[in-house]
Amino acid sequence: MQEVLVGLGSCGLAAGGQKVYQRFTELLGSDQKSAVLKKTGCIGMCYAEVLVEVRDGNGGSTLYRDISPEKVARIVEDHIKKGQVISDWVLDAAASGSKQKRIVLRNCGIIDPDSLDEYLAREGYQALEKVLHKMTPAEVVAVIANSGLRGRGGAGFPTGTKWRLAAASKDAHKYVICNADEGDPGAFMDRSVLESDPHSVLEGMAIAAYAIGADAGYIYVRAEYPEAVKRLRHSIAQATARNFLGSNILGKGLNFHVKLKEGAGAFVCGEETALIASIEGKRGMPRVRPPFPVESGLWGHPTCINNVETLANVPWIVLRGAEAFNIHGTAGSKGTKVFALAGKVKHGGLVEVPMGMTINEVIYDIGGGTLLGGPFKAVQMGGPSGGCIPASLGNTPIDYEQITATGAIMGSGGMVVMDETTCMVDVARFFLSFTQNESCGKCTFCRVGTKRMLEILERICVGKGKDEDIAVLSELGEQIKSSSLCGLGQSAPNPVLTTLRYFLHEYHAHIKDKKCPAKCCLALVDFSILADACSGCGLCVATCDVGAITGEKKAAHTIDVLKCIRCGKCITVCNQNAIIKT
Amino acid sequence: MNQLDSEPSRVSPAAFARMLWRHRGEPGMLIPLLQAAQDSYGFVPPLAIEQISEVTGIPTAEIYGVITFYKQFRLKPLGRHIIRLCKGTACHVVGAETIGQVVADELRVPPDETTDDGLFTYLVVACLGCCSLAPALMIDDQTHGRLTPQKVRKLIRQYRRDAAKTAGKPPAKAARMQAVSEA
Repeated sequence: MQEVLVGLGSCGLAAGGQKVYQRFTELLGSDQKSAVLKKTGCIGMCYAEVLVEVRDGNGGSTLYRDISPEKVARIVEDHIKKGQVISDWVLDAAASGSKQKRIVLRNCGIIDPDSLDEYLAREGYQALEKVLHKMTPAEVVAVIANSGLRGRGGAGFPTGTKWRLAAASKDAHKYVICNADEGDPGAFMDRSVLESDPHSVLEGMAIAAYAIGADAGYIYVRAEYPEAVKRLRHSIAQATARNFLGSNILGKGLNFHVKLKEGAGAFVCGEETALIASIEGKRGMPRVRPPFPVESGLWGHPTCINNVETLANVPWIVLRGAEAFNIHGTAGSKGTKVFALAGKVKHGGLVEVPMGMTINEVIYDIGGGTLLGGPFKAVQMGGPSGGCIPASLGNTPIDYEQITATGAIMGSGGMVVMDETTCMVDVARFFLSFTQNESCGKCTFCRVGTKRMLEILERICVGKGKDEDIAVLSELGEQIKSSSLCGLGQSAPNPVLTTLRYFLHEYHAHIKDKKCPAKCCLALVDFSILADACSGCGLCVATCDVGAITGEKKAAHTIDVLKCIRCGKCITVCNQNAIIKT
Repeated sequence: MNQLDSEPSRVSPAAFARMLWRHRGEPGMLIPLLQAAQDSYGFVPPLAIEQISEVTGIPTAEIYGVITFYKQFRLKPLGRHIIRLCKGTACHVVGAETIGQVVADELRVPPDETTDDGLFTYLVVACLGCCSLAPALMIDDQTHGRLTPQKVRKLIRQYRRDAAKTAGKPPAKAARMQAVSEA
């Protein structure tokens, strides 16, 4: 029997996946004689959404890219009914796929996330059975410790150590929390895992609960991920009904009840103590550690907080043993890491690579290089807490310590590629405006310091920078790092400090020459009209608020640079792309 | 996020009241209760704050503190359509700023404001998570990706035209205000 799978993760839905699915339902008919229609999650190749996979039932499969509802009829007619592959539409993923190693994403885009049976068919909950039947909690902790798994949320704390500390506590009441508050703009790994393979995370949580002796768990997920919330609720109900969660799990006496908590939109709640405060119903503000949550966390009880990706690794490790996991990677960083590849890269999406692979390999071999084909200028890793790594360090391997040495951080896995048209000063300003906005306000340096830094950067971007600004920025940055309580403040200056370190010449160009080399900061560029391309339609004249554009109808127009206030509105209305920045 | 305010009538005020009583003793319920209130009314009305305070015993000042800490909660009603412009990193590097300017121009309101006719509320959000479709925005629960200024203008005008066609109905904002005053 043939199967048709439509990718309905958030990316697929945004690209119109629901309509494609709908069209297949109509054409395949309700009895689905020729093929069975199924939903699946994110397969990772978001650049080619909507993706449709046709499986022939004998192990062979064809993956079609960029499918619109209009294309569905031909797939049904030619491929499903006549067996002819439409080669023009086939996605060739061999090149990028061969370099990847899928542990966390093992089921993503392959199973229907709403179907517990499909998860069970792919070794689902076997790891939980194994620990309940054959292992003591101490043995489970030992396997995780030996595997070398480190927290995938960004900081890279050894997961085995965290579990051992939590297990050592004598408290009768303990919690496992899954941190799914993925607030980093430009990162969507956790969302994809939750949407495409929610049971792997639940299984990881149940194993953690057994290992540390917890009886209750929470998943703290962003309310901004409606699809993930929906699928998680469904999965928790399914797993409870089959006794993989709940009371006396699989008859082995383990009690573990999982609840879902929706975040309410605060980036700082990704920090563990802030997250706990938020679950308790308070303002999500971090507190001083120690005591660490493993000693005193949610409502004063020992709490083990792990990231989504960390937990999704757990069942795989338990089933295959620590050695199968730690053969991948470098001395200090084992296993794989999932990255959300985005920005000016050809093949954006979700990739999972073994630790130790270089940044260049990820961008060129898996990501297919930059959009315009040229070299990349920098890659931003770690989101607002990370930094910009220049192309000259492209041979840096993916490894917690080596990435940290560049001034960036591994982070949760956002990887935004930037090329010549990206202004690094503007990027620094962008991230700082984010962290400034998200600072909870508890520590003075973070609250006021980021504000002052942002003001300076905003000034530089409009050509009002002063010579001393660079020194002030680095000094403030170092002070904020050393005097903030939580990770948000301690890392907030990173985007500025790394761009100062690697792209100082761009700051100088803005401050001294009043020029933006990337032609990105509008206040520092001049606008002009290409006479050959201008059709004289007059749209720009009507848009210009200051009357800087003049010209006869149907003849090339000109911009008076002295009148121009550089708002950039004219570029957005020109249908001929005749207005350029110089 | 679409469940929060783009489908404002998903939960009825009665459901909010039921939830309020059912969970009155449970610790950590303040945020879910506020979310339920917002689901019912499209924003958190003063009345809901008083009710929550009365039932849970948490002082209203503390509730206001929580509301203003989290970006999700709003103290003002929203327009009929919510436009959420993504300002994530991926969108930023491919021109989200320009798209934002076009939206503001077209609506004639800055971010965080509602148009005078109550048709649109314009919000800027940190990341919609569909980075490979950047630049992107959401209108209600519909995501639109790979935007150009022209595409954005067309989109907003389409919504305006559709609204004009159904002009007989009262806008959602007015209906909700009514619901609040009745509650």
